[in-house]
Amino acid sequence: MTTDVHSLREFKMPDVGEGLTEAEILTWYVKPGDTVTDGQVVCEVETAKAAVELPIPFTGVVEALHFPAGATVDVGTSIIAVAVAGAAPAAAAPAAAAPATPAAAAAPAEAEPERREVLVGYGPRTGSVQRRARRTNGAPAAPAAPAPAPVAAPAPAPAAPVAPVAPVAAGERPLAKPPVRKLAKDLGIDLRSVVPTGPDGVITREDVHAAANTAAEAVVEPVAAPAPVAAAEAAPALPVPSASGDVRVPVKGVRKATAQAMVASAFTAPHVTEFVQVDVTRTMKLVRRLKESGELGAGVRVSPLLLVAKALLTAVKRHPEINASWDEAAQEIVLRGAVNLGIAAATPRGLIVPNIKDAGSRTLSQLAVALGELVETARQGKTAPADMSGGSITITNVGVFGVDTGTPILNPGEAAILAFGAVRELPWVHKGKVVPRQVTTLALSFDHRLVDGELGSKVLADTAAILEHPKRLITWG
Amino acid sequence: MTVKSTSRARKKAAPGVPDPARAGIGAEPELVQLLTPEGDRVEHPEFPLTVTPEELRSLYRDLVLVRRFDAEATSLQRQGELGLWASLLGQEAAQVGSGRAMRSGDYAFPTYREHGVAWCRDVDPLNLLGMFRGVNNGGWDPNEKNFHLYTIVIGSQTLHATGYAMGITKDGADDAVIAYFGDGASSQGDVNESFVFASVYNSPVVFFCQNNQWAISEPTTVQTRIPLYRRASGFGFPGVRVDGNDVLACLAVTRWALDHARSGQGPVLVEAFTYRMGAHTTSDDPTRYRQSEETEAWKAKDPILRLKAHLEKEGLADEAFFAEVEAESEKLGLRVREGVRSMPDPDPTLIFDHVYSEPHPLVDEERAEYEAYAASFEGGEHH
Repeated sequence: MTTDVHSLREFKMPDVGEGLTEAEILTWYVKPGDTVTDGQVVCEVETAKAAVELPIPFTGVVEALHFPAGATVDVGTSIIAVAVAGAAPAAAAPAAAAPATPAAAAAPAEAEPERREVLVGYGPRTGSVQRRARRTNGAPAAPAAPAPAPVAAPAPAPAAPVAPVAPVAAGERPLAKPPVRKLAKDLGIDLRSVVPTGPDGVITREDVHAAANTAAEAVVEPVAAPAPVAAAEAAPALPVPSASGDVRVPVKGVRKATAQAMVASAFTAPHVTEFVQVDVTRTMKLVRRLKESGELGAGVRVSPLLLVAKALLTAVKRHPEINASWDEAAQEIVLRGAVNLGIAAATPRGLIVPNIKDAGSRTLSQLAVALGELVETARQGKTAPADMSGGSITITNVGVFGVDTGTPILNPGEAAILAFGAVRELPWVHKGKVVPRQVTTLALSFDHRLVDGELGSKVLADTAAILEHPKRLITWG
Repeated sequence: MTVKSTSRARKKAAPGVPDPARAGIGAEPELVQLLTPEGDRVEHPEFPLTVTPEELRSLYRDLVLVRRFDAEATSLQRQGELGLWASLLGQEAAQVGSGRAMRSGDYAFPTYREHGVAWCRDVDPLNLLGMFRGVNNGGWDPNEKNFHLYTIVIGSQTLHATGYAMGITKDGADDAVIAYFGDGASSQGDVNESFVFASVYNSPVVFFCQNNQWAISEPTTVQTRIPLYRRASGFGFPGVRVDGNDVLACLAVTRWALDHARSGQGPVLVEAFTYRMGAHTTSDDPTRYRQSEETEAWKAKDPILRLKAHLEKEGLADEAFFAEVEAESEKLGLRVREGVRSMPDPDPTLIFDHVYSEPHPLVDEERAEYEAYAASFEGGEHH
């Protein structure tokens, strides 16, 4: 109780860069059991501004590392505990950590858990702020009552999630900090439509992202979830609804990437979408024959999508200017050397767009094998990042969901995307008579910065023409 | 780690014009040097200097202690004890040399990085740290130390210094003023206006520019097309470039410049050619914008190592001396560390106390309002 006692001291993630809210631990240089001395560097952390080394402010033995390397930790959170020798028992004098000067003894306990201040900057991030409780009644009102007094928060409990507030009434200027306004402007979000969750009805950065995501989903979901994966598989585990029935799903992972990609694409590339209805009876017959004959190889999957892919690739061969991208930084149009054909796929992880490299030079049989592999890999959630980069044109097969067409959004960096709708038996004028024929709708969205209506129309018309008469694969191929 | 370089930084200098940013790596620029990086004493015809062994040891001690203090402050910032710190690492000789050149009546106007000059003016290091911790506004009496408060605004202290120097002339005193600033500040209007006023009023002020090659992430190539010291001639006063990592040259040149100024001959621009070895501040990461080979090249010119080499070569200091300085620096580190951690937070109402020197009704009203607000919280007046 008197001599060989240790007190446990916690070292908290400091704000090393004027107003930062978090830092990532890159490397630990110590482990539990190691002896450390005051000022010794124990880890390297990276913030939004810099990678820096942190020296520990105690001398003692490392008791625990609270986070592994790679973790992102809020400023003010304890990251390492050190058993400090020779100090008084924690219970008796929590603040007395071997102060060497008399002045230190009287000082506030700078490392006690409740202290959560940053010395400069904007303070801890919104949402993790603990507000001090206000006196509920009988509080001596100021002579000139401060008008904008903060809303009374109930208890000193951890900040309860703020109930969502309705967007501001028309005519009122929504409350948001300038960087958040800029973000909303960049994303094309009207702040008046955003539900604020910040204190006093202030719209936060997260609110804008949430609004942007909702907007992007509304546009994207119907058209861009094609591949042969059951929709139920892709459904994420949803949190329990709140009392109001609303469910708030954190935006992360593939959903976040999708939202960013779609917003980036929709608001940088001016989209034009054209449609064509086409009689694909002959193509469907060809698909059946290829399936039955097995001539593309044993076990090779043959689908209408395969023929659509081949038709599009043939059209691209006739009009290679469509296989291009816009380089804003260089102010150049990049005519791509190879056709890397993307296939939008709904997977358990969400929407991804892997592509078949140099699809333009593959035979129908090679294309069928590649398409089968791509779908299988995506279904297993094993698609590698490299398979998703470098695409040059994309097909989204919305027909598998039973819809006729849509206005697909370009995969960022590409100039065109083809939507393949459902194949339906419809009354159709064929050789002068109205007869039932198998008909589908094709939609081609293209980036009007570099693709004019003429080029886009020719690519779409040629694709349709091939699907109407697949023999054109021979004459045009 | 990627190294970013702007196209401007790569821009070739005009023919015949030295490229200041590359000067540290390639050929040595024209500068006054009295102590080589290897620790050999050289003479300069215009700036002779006689120093006793005791003075040399004392300079060495200051350099080491200042560096130790600076390292401790950086460490304290990393521990969350300071809001910010601007390290002087690499610039110790420029600051100690010029700081030691001052007479007691001379007055210094620093930036926020002049920790070495503060040391020479006998300002307690803890006072500097209190400001960076946010618990005081400086905490020393500028008129007692003849060392003005740190100025965060870039270059504005050169105007204050010039005004003070003009006052000295009116008083008929023979003191001089030294205004500190950096290569980045040389582009500021304030600095150029100071040059104009000091020149035409023949004011006793020395403009001491520590050219540490980097204005945060901007190299000197984007500040100037000619060596900075040559700018002085356009304003009509002399300019000298000195090896900023040579404490003896900085001492000799600054001493000459102050005497020049105090003797009624007008201002002088001293460009101390040095290098910021660390980050601009603790919020900065220099690896994002400059090459490590540059930093390595400057390591070989370290101001402390060259003086130590000189002391050893000439047999002017023994092991015991170096050990003693080392022990003293550790003691200083400990004092600074414990001093900062035990600094009490000021009373929040203190902020109202120094708005006006005399009571003011509006400030009184604001103080009362704040006190009522603070009292509206449960559990105490403030904190």
